[in-house]
Amino acid sequence: MKRLHIFLFTVALSLMATTVRAELTIEITQGSDDPASIAVVPFAWQGSGAPPADVAEIVDGDLARSGQFAPVARVDMLGRPTAEADVFYRDWRAINAEYLLIGRVSGVNPVRVDYELYDVLRQTRILTGNQSGPASEVRMVAHRVADAVYEKLTGVPGAFATKLLYITVDRKDGGGLSRLTLSDSDGASPVVLLKSGEPLLTPTWSPDARHIAYVSSESGRPAIYRQELATGKRQQLTNFKGLNSSPAWSPDGRSMAMVLSKGGNPDIYVMDLASGQLKQLTRHYAIDTEPTWMPDGNAILFTSDRGGKPQIYRYDLRSGATDRVTFEGSYNARPRISQDGRSMVMVHRQEGRFHIALQDLVTNRVQILTQTDLDESPSIAPNGSMVLYATKQAGRGILAAVAVDGAAKFSLPARQGDVREPAWSPYLNR
Amino acid sequence: MMKHLPTASKTIAMLLCATLLVACSGNDTNDAEEEARLKAEQEAAEAARLQVELEAANAEELASLEEEAASHGTIFYFEYDSATLTPEALDALNAHIALLHRNTAAVRLEGHTDERGTREYNLALGERRANAVRDYVVANGISSLRIETVSYGEERPVAYGAGDSNWTQNRRVELVKQ
Repeated sequence: MKRLHIFLFTVALSLMATTVRAELTIEITQGSDDPASIAVVPFAWQGSGAPPADVAEIVDGDLARSGQFAPVARVDMLGRPTAEADVFYRDWRAINAEYLLIGRVSGVNPVRVDYELYDVLRQTRILTGNQSGPASEVRMVAHRVADAVYEKLTGVPGAFATKLLYITVDRKDGGGLSRLTLSDSDGASPVVLLKSGEPLLTPTWSPDARHIAYVSSESGRPAIYRQELATGKRQQLTNFKGLNSSPAWSPDGRSMAMVLSKGGNPDIYVMDLASGQLKQLTRHYAIDTEPTWMPDGNAILFTSDRGGKPQIYRYDLRSGATDRVTFEGSYNARPRISQDGRSMVMVHRQEGRFHIALQDLVTNRVQILTQTDLDESPSIAPNGSMVLYATKQAGRGILAAVAVDGAAKFSLPARQGDVREPAWSPYLNR
Repeated sequence: MMKHLPTASKTIAMLLCATLLVACSGNDTNDAEEEARLKAEQEAAEAARLQVELEAANAEELASLEEEAASHGTIFYFEYDSATLTPEALDALNAHIALLHRNTAAVRLEGHTDERGTREYNLALGERRANAVRDYVVANGISSLRIETVSYGEERPVAYGAGDSNWTQNRRVELVKQ
């Protein structure tokens, strides 16, 4: 067993820097009704040699993907200011831009980005800032600029400087090779963390984004593994008979909820990560699975078919009481909760089709967010603005995203093969 | 132990005992001894012939059970959202159970679902299907120690793509000889 682990660790390490076959492309399919027009002028490069990246293009793409902004095309720009002295508001009023972002990139390593944001109609500068980082992380630096602009204009912190986990499967490999992949929130810079000939499921993040966990059947049956991102070191957390699956970190990072069927049927357990001690939460002959924590750590929502068909239930960790949460439709599963604890996204079946739906946990109103079918694995951005999920397009597995108000949509198909099981990271470095 | 011996063997055992009794019966002349010895030889030959016939009959019976099981295949199918054994599955399983009673094979039951619904729920549903098959086999007298179950959920379809013709093929438990 140990040799197998060393082999897999070596495999994982040797794949840490590969980018082949895991690249996602982005297709924006729908913007919101009334996006704000913003001109993101190409930033000046004040260093020597080739510029490290087109920072303005990265910011532009982030804002466009949110659906709340309609970036001005570069061909339509009447000027290319990179400093305040060169800003002429009439140039931007003429093309109906509401906002203007300009900036300068300097330094080789670290690289630094200085930027200014202008309100064109009020003819005033509304934001000044800078971001720095290692040259190898220049894309992340650009995403942090986009986060600051987004927050200034919407009041909501941006979630562009975040990461995604997902699984790609290339059927050409004989139908069985899965790659657990880490990328930026826009699908760029993919890194394969693990390659396996056996099924991989449910990648998930620790709250501090330093660890991930997932289900792998490499040992012959589903088991839960925890992996440290910086080192690639992994540890098998469970090895019970039957299922070991559906890991979910508690908000305080100290426990992990999971599904074990060693008692005869799948039930929800919580493992104390320091001691390895297990506590059984549900004791029901039905299937109890897909646990997820409420942000205050006081309850766990999960899927159960104890009522006959899968519905979502809530287990209160203080009282031990279990209550049903979903009442609309005959199939509701795979809950995920927004950071403010108010919104739940889930897989909801209507007329035989599987959609992503949002339920307000206060009013219990349910809103179907997608028109795609065979939707699964919803994951909410840490700022609650968008939901990333997996679906099918022309027979291929792709990722897609939809704004929580259902307005903006984009899709992320892989260049090759199927992609599934997305997990949006928490905020990084907070 | 005795009740598991087929009737032919019991007959042979009795014949051997009877032969011994005849051989030790007492003060006969050499002629009678000679007669007894000949009779013993004949009966031993008869016993050997019956033994060969018995083994041939066993092999034939085993082959016929294997053929019967093989004709049903090693895949048992399920209805949508269900882990209930269909009449066809029960028929097939009965044939496999009859064979398992006559051999010492260990088997693995692999549970699968179609692609609809969530992956972790389907992982559990695959296990429920494999367990349903295991429970029926065990209830019919096969030791659970000979049976391993594992679920692949929706992760290992035999047919890719949407639509009933693909989905039906994927809702299955596969019996694999270890």
